[in-house]
Amino acid sequence: MKTPTISLLSGLLFGAGLAYSGMANPARVQSFLDLFGQWDPTLAFVMAGAMVPMAIAWVFQKRMAQPLACDTFDLPGTSLLDSKLVLGAVLFGIGWGIGGLCPGPAVADLGIAPLKAGIFVLAMLAGMTIHRITSR
Amino acid sequence: MTLPGFPMASPVEGLIGGLLIGLAAAIMLLGLGRIAGVSGMTARATGIADTGAPRALAIAFVIGLPLGALIVNALSGGVGTIFPESTLQIVVAGLIVGYGTRLGSGCTSGHGVCGMSRLSKRSIVATAIFMASGFATVAVMRLLGYFG
Repeated sequence: MKTPTISLLSGLLFGAGLAYSGMANPARVQSFLDLFGQWDPTLAFVMAGAMVPMAIAWVFQKRMAQPLACDTFDLPGTSLLDSKLVLGAVLFGIGWGIGGLCPGPAVADLGIAPLKAGIFVLAMLAGMTIHRITSR
Repeated sequence: MTLPGFPMASPVEGLIGGLLIGLAAAIMLLGLGRIAGVSGMTARATGIADTGAPRALAIAFVIGLPLGALIVNALSGGVGTIFPESTLQIVVAGLIVGYGTRLGSGCTSGHGVCGMSRLSKRSIVATAIFMASGFATVAVMRLLGYFG
């Protein structure tokens, strides 16, 4: 299988999982973040479910010299804690709370509610571009 | 199935959907040697980031996401998506999410799903912070009367 085909399959399953779990719905994600309202813990179950295949995958990854369909693993470091990580996470959490959307559901929602999701994704891309320009 | 005390929760759908997401990320990791992080893949696919995954691979992943959601939406007769009513609110949220995820090198998928399952110190810290920040933000919105 060609590598973009595998990537497409990964994206398909990811988008399907988001939609099936209810996490493509910004109102449900916001309900998860709303501890003082009618709290909806579903997102915690989604995270727990996603951990299972990935925890197993990391066990295999450690024993593999290379990925199945390409030459090398290209993985980020795991230990650096700096102010960028902290400030970035704080900001991301604020935006996530305001809209009920993080990047995965936002991009997935382009297939369900293209107008609203499109506005969010365009704004998100603008935010990413601002980061790129200002961090040069 | 519902969860006693939490009428809005759908734990079974959540777990099954989560398993699909984890499987998707596992395919990316073991097949292509990469983190299935949506913020990074999106930045790479659009050319905003010029390092990271090969462009074709990032584009394919970003096309797959809405296709997968579309298929489930069609088969299930509609999953329902309620966005904030205010366009300004959506724009502000998007801007902050875009800037923050690039500055913090990841979002719920890269740090949350992929990094935490790897026991990455960096990802665990990032996830704890963006969760706390999200909870605090919505609490402030509640105080300001957003939820009526």
